[in-house]
Amino acid sequence: MTTNARPRDWIARLEMRSITKAFPGVIANSDVHLSVQPGEIHALLGENGAGKSTLVKMIYGIMAPDSGTMLWEGQEYRAPNPRAARKQGIGMVFQHFSLFEAMDVVENIALGLDSAISRSALDREIRAVMDKYGLRLDPRRIIATLSVGERQRIEIVRALLLNPCLLIMDEPTSVLTPQEVEDLFVTLRRLASEGCSILYISHKLHEIVELCDRATILRGGKVVATCDPRKETPRSMGEMMIGSDFADPARGVANTQGAVRLSMRDLSLPKPDDFGVALQSISFDVHAGEIFGIAGVAGNGQNELLDALSGESLADRNDAIRIDKDPMGRLGPTKRRALGLCAVPEERNGHAAIGNFTLADNAFLSARTRMGLDPNGIIDRSGAEAYAQAVIKRFSVKALGPRALAGSLSGGNLQKFIMGREILQNPSVLVICQPTWGVDAGSAAAIHQAIIDLANAGSAVIVISQDLDELLRLCDRLSVINGGKLSASRVVNEVSVEELGLLMGGHHDQTIASGGTHAPRA
Amino acid sequence: MRLVLEKRLEQSQLMLIMTPILSVIGVMIIGVILFDALGFDGFDAVWQLFITPVIDSYKWRDVATKAAPLILIGLGLSIGNRAKIWNIGAEGQYIVGALSAAGISVLTQDLTGFWIIPLMLLGGMVGGAVYAAVPAGLKTRYGVSEVLSSLMLVYVSLQLLSYLITGPWKDPNGMNFPQTAQLTEAQLLPRELGDSGLPPGLLFALVAMIIFAVIVDRTVFGFSIRTIGEAPQAARFGGFKSNQIVWSALMISGAMAGLAGTLEVMQLTRLNLGFPSGYGFTAIIVSLLGRSNPIGVFIAGIVLAVTYVGGQVAQTVVHVPNATAGLFQALILFAILASDLIVRYKIKIKTNRLQVQS
Repeated sequence: MTTNARPRDWIARLEMRSITKAFPGVIANSDVHLSVQPGEIHALLGENGAGKSTLVKMIYGIMAPDSGTMLWEGQEYRAPNPRAARKQGIGMVFQHFSLFEAMDVVENIALGLDSAISRSALDREIRAVMDKYGLRLDPRRIIATLSVGERQRIEIVRALLLNPCLLIMDEPTSVLTPQEVEDLFVTLRRLASEGCSILYISHKLHEIVELCDRATILRGGKVVATCDPRKETPRSMGEMMIGSDFADPARGVANTQGAVRLSMRDLSLPKPDDFGVALQSISFDVHAGEIFGIAGVAGNGQNELLDALSGESLADRNDAIRIDKDPMGRLGPTKRRALGLCAVPEERNGHAAIGNFTLADNAFLSARTRMGLDPNGIIDRSGAEAYAQAVIKRFSVKALGPRALAGSLSGGNLQKFIMGREILQNPSVLVICQPTWGVDAGSAAAIHQAIIDLANAGSAVIVISQDLDELLRLCDRLSVINGGKLSASRVVNEVSVEELGLLMGGHHDQTIASGGTHAPRA
Repeated sequence: MRLVLEKRLEQSQLMLIMTPILSVIGVMIIGVILFDALGFDGFDAVWQLFITPVIDSYKWRDVATKAAPLILIGLGLSIGNRAKIWNIGAEGQYIVGALSAAGISVLTQDLTGFWIIPLMLLGGMVGGAVYAAVPAGLKTRYGVSEVLSSLMLVYVSLQLLSYLITGPWKDPNGMNFPQTAQLTEAQLLPRELGDSGLPPGLLFALVAMIIFAVIVDRTVFGFSIRTIGEAPQAARFGGFKSNQIVWSALMISGAMAGLAGTLEVMQLTRLNLGFPSGYGFTAIIVSLLGRSNPIGVFIAGIVLAVTYVGGQVAQTVVHVPNATAGLFQALILFAILASDLIVRYKIKIKTNRLQVQS
């Protein structure tokens, strides 16, 4: 009764009390308390595996807690399914979008609605919501033609159409350019000022400092702190998140003067498939001891470039790519490895590693040539296990041993294993796509240090990443890839984030600007 | 309360081994019910079908004779299964392999020499492999599904068989019967191994099992097959060429089917219109029931051979129809495909209620 007597604003929009959720073998959330006020932007901060996703899945009705209670504006709240959560006024924007490539924006939004509504009415509503929150997008465009940032806007509009009182955003900025992030923050602040609560999941600390009113920090499924991010530094929150001091990677003297170890000259490749990107006349050099970064928004040719470097797709001329002056444009991955080029693709599962294989088998997959694990075509089992064990030990991979299945490792540990597998081969050139994608901060620091150590030992390293902070911290020189074209390189110390952002997003801004005048293709 | 399927994080190794066994047991139970419903003595029918050939030592030679080709073909197919390349046309490669060996026998009718038998065996393998190269070429060059092309080539091989044995290769002294001339002494393997009563094909099957076990488990080639079946993109990353694997998986299974066909010709001493026996199709069940594991395939080959022999026993004793063995083989295939669900999913009983504690 006392709660009802208090002014409405004092009642938390959502309160979670003593929420516990266990999965076989792991407790995802243990005795978690969380309260989100009306109009508050509340950060949920934690490493991968800290239990953030599980917690919001319970709010959104995808999972049910094992014990504990949830209160919605003071009343007990239960969501047996997401539809019930949406009815309650909860919207969620997932990290991975669920959009049909071949359909247009309105059709995709209509598919996600709980109630049927006429196309013209929906079109009007969508335009109204977009106008209100400054979201620019032509509702008649086909998804396949949209950038990732534009796709995210669809998901946001989809959630906003339901007039949510609580909007959950799961790592929304991981795929956006700096300008797109700014636009998103404007929208979110505007929503909050109208009384909508926002639960903002992230592990990007500076964003939280910039955007959020309060932060709840999770570690190992437990709440370790609730703080005001504006009174904290990214570093202090990072330490709360990890639970110990973490060392910033130590880069020695940046080096761009060594001998050229890898050079690409005028490489063009056609699109691998309908949704792929054609590479257009790409040229660059990487020197011994140098870390060369390639920035860009997802889907601008990064994966195609990695495949072209690793040998998974072949160049049209052998001299398009040279390693230590040896031409290798027409050589496959095994021969390129023998010459000293190792690669780490972006996708861990099913590309860089196979979940159903043991770590020893996964070590054999890409290290067999350089480590001599396949004499006369026969598998050296004990050699592969010893090598896997060496990787586990040297890179502190949390795994039961070389015979553990790769699929049983967490994302961060598997990434450490994959990085270690390539680095311990002592490559002359290492190409890495998204070295710390979905990896917790502790593992990310270890991976960054390993990359730096490799470069300091004289190898040339190419890092393809969408995370600008990572590139700026790590690299000596940077280029931006956009629409399959690579910009001229810039020395990191002499380039501003704004400039890079324009390079990354310039192309897309043009398509947005002209988007309204495009006739729908369907 | 309801039953739900929950995807397992990794395939259950226990279930991988248990499901083939459970499938066979399940099929026995279904068989009892089915034949009871049809008015036969269901228990007796299933007993004669599955148990009599195992406990009656007089039937062992029959079982081994039928098991040998099933195992040989099944081993070849298991390579394709691992790479997820589906050769449905082993029956055709079996026939073409037999035709190649028979062709050599026609040419060497008047010759003697220790080299004739190895030449026939080799010729049979090459014939089967070349025939399987057709779907491989179509797949790698034009993206034609090997399932369709290899299956259709079975019917081509049947026409080829009837053309050759009613025409050019017809036995000149055969009173116009559509069959090739009887194989000579120099073209035949001994009828049995020592005086064990077991056919020579079984020895081939045993040796092949060991070779295949080494290939799939110990060689880079076996590793590449497994990798491409599990994750094609990772195989590419690892430097394995998928086209090469398509070619080798299909040609190895073709060669094994051809070898089985050759041994069968030697067993029957000649080719006739009754030669196509469906071993090539039954071997698909063998490779799946054996989980594409060489030892598993060996055991599965014996199980399926038991149903062939037991089908004949059940016909004479319980008077079930001729098609019974085929029916049970199909049931086993069904059961093994259905049981894959348990390997990949957990069946869970879910309650909708939450335990809320305050």
